[in-house]
Amino acid sequence: MPRIPIEKHRLLVHGLVRRSLRFSVEALSRYPLRSQILFVECGGNSNAGWHQLAQQTRAGFLHGLASCSEWSGVPLSIVLDECGIDPSAGWLIAEGADAAAIQISLPLEKAMKDCLLALYQNGERVRPENGYPLRLIVPGWEGVLNIKWLRRLELSREPVMARNETARYTELLPSGKARMFTFVMDAKSLITSPSPGHRLKERGIYEIRGLAWSGRGRIRAVDVSADGGLSWAPAQLQEPVLPMAFTRFRVPWRWSGAPAVLKSRAVDETGYVQPERAALVAERGRHGYFHYNAIVAWEVDEDGELSHVYR
Amino acid sequence: MSTARGAAQLRSLAATVFAAAAAMGTMCMQADAEDRVKGPGLGEPVDADQVAAWNLSIYPDGRGLPAGAGTARSGQLVYTDRCAACHGAAGEGGTGGHLVGRGPLDDADPDQAVGNYWPYATTLFDFIRRAMPMDKPGVLSANEVYAVSAYVLYLNQLVGLDQTLDAATLARVRMPNRDGFIGIDAPLPPAPR
Repeated sequence: MPRIPIEKHRLLVHGLVRRSLRFSVEALSRYPLRSQILFVECGGNSNAGWHQLAQQTRAGFLHGLASCSEWSGVPLSIVLDECGIDPSAGWLIAEGADAAAIQISLPLEKAMKDCLLALYQNGERVRPENGYPLRLIVPGWEGVLNIKWLRRLELSREPVMARNETARYTELLPSGKARMFTFVMDAKSLITSPSPGHRLKERGIYEIRGLAWSGRGRIRAVDVSADGGLSWAPAQLQEPVLPMAFTRFRVPWRWSGAPAVLKSRAVDETGYVQPERAALVAERGRHGYFHYNAIVAWEVDEDGELSHVYR
Repeated sequence: MSTARGAAQLRSLAATVFAAAAAMGTMCMQADAEDRVKGPGLGEPVDADQVAAWNLSIYPDGRGLPAGAGTARSGQLVYTDRCAACHGAAGEGGTGGHLVGRGPLDDADPDQAVGNYWPYATTLFDFIRRAMPMDKPGVLSANEVYAVSAYVLYLNQLVGLDQTLDAATLARVRMPNRDGFIGIDAPLPPAPR
């Protein structure tokens, strides 16, 4: 992990701009600051779902490559405007100051719309492991684009075709073709309680709780099923429901003591509905690795033990 | 931002915006009309030489490739010394990923690697130069990166043992899966000539 003295760090902006400029972190700290609560999720989160057999582990091991924080930073559009964007620019190459100088390509339209040059996370400086002193935040898009230790931004006509947008973070389909530039994290939800590792000790009322999020905006609804998806009940959403942020849902449920299969299904404000696993696998095959967002099923057995199942 | 420190940050931010608005006058009014906020303009000009010293980008058409050259024959030595411990003696993989892939990608159990999946040879050079070897990225010279790139392409039967790769010839190596991708949230760029 790079340990960067803040006074030495510079962000270079160059390429298809009227003038190349370099910014110190101190200078950026004087720019208009915007804060937004956002999830950041790895494109490979939940990838165990592609396995033929349901993997038995805790919810956090299966789906935990995601977080939600308040990010505070300078809107990227302000800095790009200052450099003067050449009309022929269509992409932005972002590169980190880590040992591997990891870089990605981002459509310029997204960069201008809502990306942040983040200085703070949850009201404190971004920590070293999270990109100190400067991190690119790309709301709702896959985590790998959120370049840590950001040091260089290049405006270009074309994407640079880096390893992490060609060899990785692309998804092979059964046809042999592969999906590329799969930036948006589609809606996902997950019951966190009860979940594998928990045990219901007696029949009676429990609150089913979980998290839902969508890279396309707000969560509109989460439905919960206790019979493997035959019937669904709407869950209550915890306010405020923010775009591209974790949204808590909850619904009371009476466990009769008989086996049950718990599922949650998110719908976002675009009308996108989280798919059942069978539909996702039918569309994508099982070798895409990234962007697994199917409905998750937990089975409760007659002893109240929870396990991961495909139903 | 519920802490006292957060509140202090908000107050100082408001002061900055106020000062910037006063200094920029009508420009700021125009910015408001377009709903585009302007900053205090603190970027320092950078000349072309400084940009070149920082710029690591290599594009599929070969733009950005450095001077230098190498062959698979010379690359085998670099590979054995610097790469084989993780990627295997013949690119079969180990603690590092496998580098040789030949099977069809529509196979029931597809084998994705450089030779049958990566769309551009320039990406291979770029990634080796910026990220490899994992314990000491940046230690290889441009000649060594050309050579070891050539060797990995040779293991995938895409170049000959004594074929010289350089800034002109590397981008011309046609990768078998160049057209194997579909753009989902953005269109793919046109393939370089």
